[in-house]
Amino acid sequence: MSDLALRRRGPLSSLLDAVYRRPRLFLAVLLAAPLLWLGVIYLGSLFALLAQSFFSLDDFSGVIVREFTLSTWVQLMAPANLDVIVRTVSMSALVTVADAIMAFPIAYYAARYARGPMKAAFYLLVMMPLWSSYLVKVYAWKLILAREGIDTWVLDKIGLKPLLDWYLSLPVIGGPSLSASYTGTFIVFCYVWLPYMILPVQAALERVPGNLIEASADLGASQGATFRHVILPLAFPGVVAGSIFTFSLTLGDYIIPQIVGGSQYYLGQAVYAQQGTAGNIPLAAAFSVVPILIMGVYLTFARKLGAFDAL
Amino acid sequence: MRSDEPSLLLKLSAIGGLIFLHWPLAIIVVYAFTTEDKSYQFPPPGLTLHWFSVAWARPDIWAALTLSFNVALVATGLALILGTLAAAALSRAQFWGRDNVSLLLILPIALPGIITGIALRSAFNLMDLPYSVFTIVLGHATFCIVVVYNNAVARFRRLSPSLVEASFDLGADAFQTFRYVVLPNIGTALLAGGMLAFALSFDEVIVTTFTAGQQTTLPIWMLNELVRPRERPVTNVVAVLVMAVTFFPILAAYWLTREGEHVAGGAR
Repeated sequence: MSDLALRRRGPLSSLLDAVYRRPRLFLAVLLAAPLLWLGVIYLGSLFALLAQSFFSLDDFSGVIVREFTLSTWVQLMAPANLDVIVRTVSMSALVTVADAIMAFPIAYYAARYARGPMKAAFYLLVMMPLWSSYLVKVYAWKLILAREGIDTWVLDKIGLKPLLDWYLSLPVIGGPSLSASYTGTFIVFCYVWLPYMILPVQAALERVPGNLIEASADLGASQGATFRHVILPLAFPGVVAGSIFTFSLTLGDYIIPQIVGGSQYYLGQAVYAQQGTAGNIPLAAAFSVVPILIMGVYLTFARKLGAFDAL
Repeated sequence: MRSDEPSLLLKLSAIGGLIFLHWPLAIIVVYAFTTEDKSYQFPPPGLTLHWFSVAWARPDIWAALTLSFNVALVATGLALILGTLAAAALSRAQFWGRDNVSLLLILPIALPGIITGIALRSAFNLMDLPYSVFTIVLGHATFCIVVVYNNAVARFRRLSPSLVEASFDLGADAFQTFRYVVLPNIGTALLAGGMLAFALSFDEVIVTTFTAGQQTTLPIWMLNELVRPRERPVTNVVAVLVMAVTFFPILAAYWLTREGEHVAGGAR
């Protein structure tokens, strides 16, 4: 290393040394590029978009009128648009609850019982579906849920086909096939976001001290009582942390309901249609504010429930 | 250490959950070999390798694959630079607005992709940037920064500042200190973050739909096939291909961060 140190220093290198010795300046130099990109370009364009919700679209010429008005917001409150919002929020809530129920046993087993290679295997088995292609996963479900697909075949083989037909004949949740019903959309949402719930719940469960569980058992609590009164309350922030992902991801998705499900719009699709075919950027912007506001409220509650410490 | 055993119900529901997570991926692989090309019939009436050669001979698939690969490569490069800078700045320093900066880093993936996409699209529009490969890369880099940042910041926290100070005291300049002291310590974390960023960019479709012009990345190609299926068997083959391309970086990223737990100066 000594010959390296003795090499003559160029002006740039002396400048960098001088910068490093001034912590504030060094910090500013490090942060300049990321902040310029995210703080100015990204955040700037985000606000520019949201501000457009106070413009309006001239119905006759199709031109955006750049004057302050609340008419776009009034338009957002139309019953058809409120329907879209209610549908999306209910779907997000249902998906979140279902994912929490499905994630818990996996996370609990991985956190409390899996050891060594088994633990690594659990981790990888959750990470692989999380990171594998989103479109491929949606596509797989389109294959599975199609009328001639695997679900119909399996149910036919075990003689439960009438049960499926009966289910599909039900009013709201049924449809011509699973891939064209609310149930289909629900299943795919649950599937795609499940790993996002497992990881924070597992992380929260890992932090439950073993001696608390032993103490609970020593004090005479049954396994069920220990679970209800010790483990569940301590793991709850993890569930809330996971629900941030499942809820917010469902809220903004527009591809899954487009590929698996009926013809009813979700928030993401409404935004997409308004900015694309309809060319109504102000209404698209107003629609975009809805998930941001809902997530803002959600995050405030989540913070109170201690979810941020569980992330 | 543990006196209790998992109940049968817990075991079954944990294993059942894992199977639920994996069997759709297995189904895709089965469908790539089916001889039947009109519907999604199960079980496949026969198995063939024919569709692999059909897909191999398709120039549009190759073009989409090459574009996705190049975009992911450049976006990852940009994200590595910006993410590392942000991680170096935020790992130890305490300053006013620090939490806001980390929130800002997470925002592009915390907000629904469609909002990020439309916001960027209108910004490019305002800046008179034509939608091109360049704008796709800019969009991808924006949400890849946080992946690199997350990996790098943990490693920076474990890197003792006294190592850097010692390097300066011994006469090394800033470049040498970065090259010989900082980089060896954060290298594997950067590689892991870079691979995850690559996988994320290679697979991204939502932001891409808004920032692309006429360009077709591989996910856009798949989305078009999903919405208006033309050649299902070829789509199945491409799906398997996409799975394979994203599978290896993820596995590698896992091994890299797992092996790299011990960092010089970490055990202070």
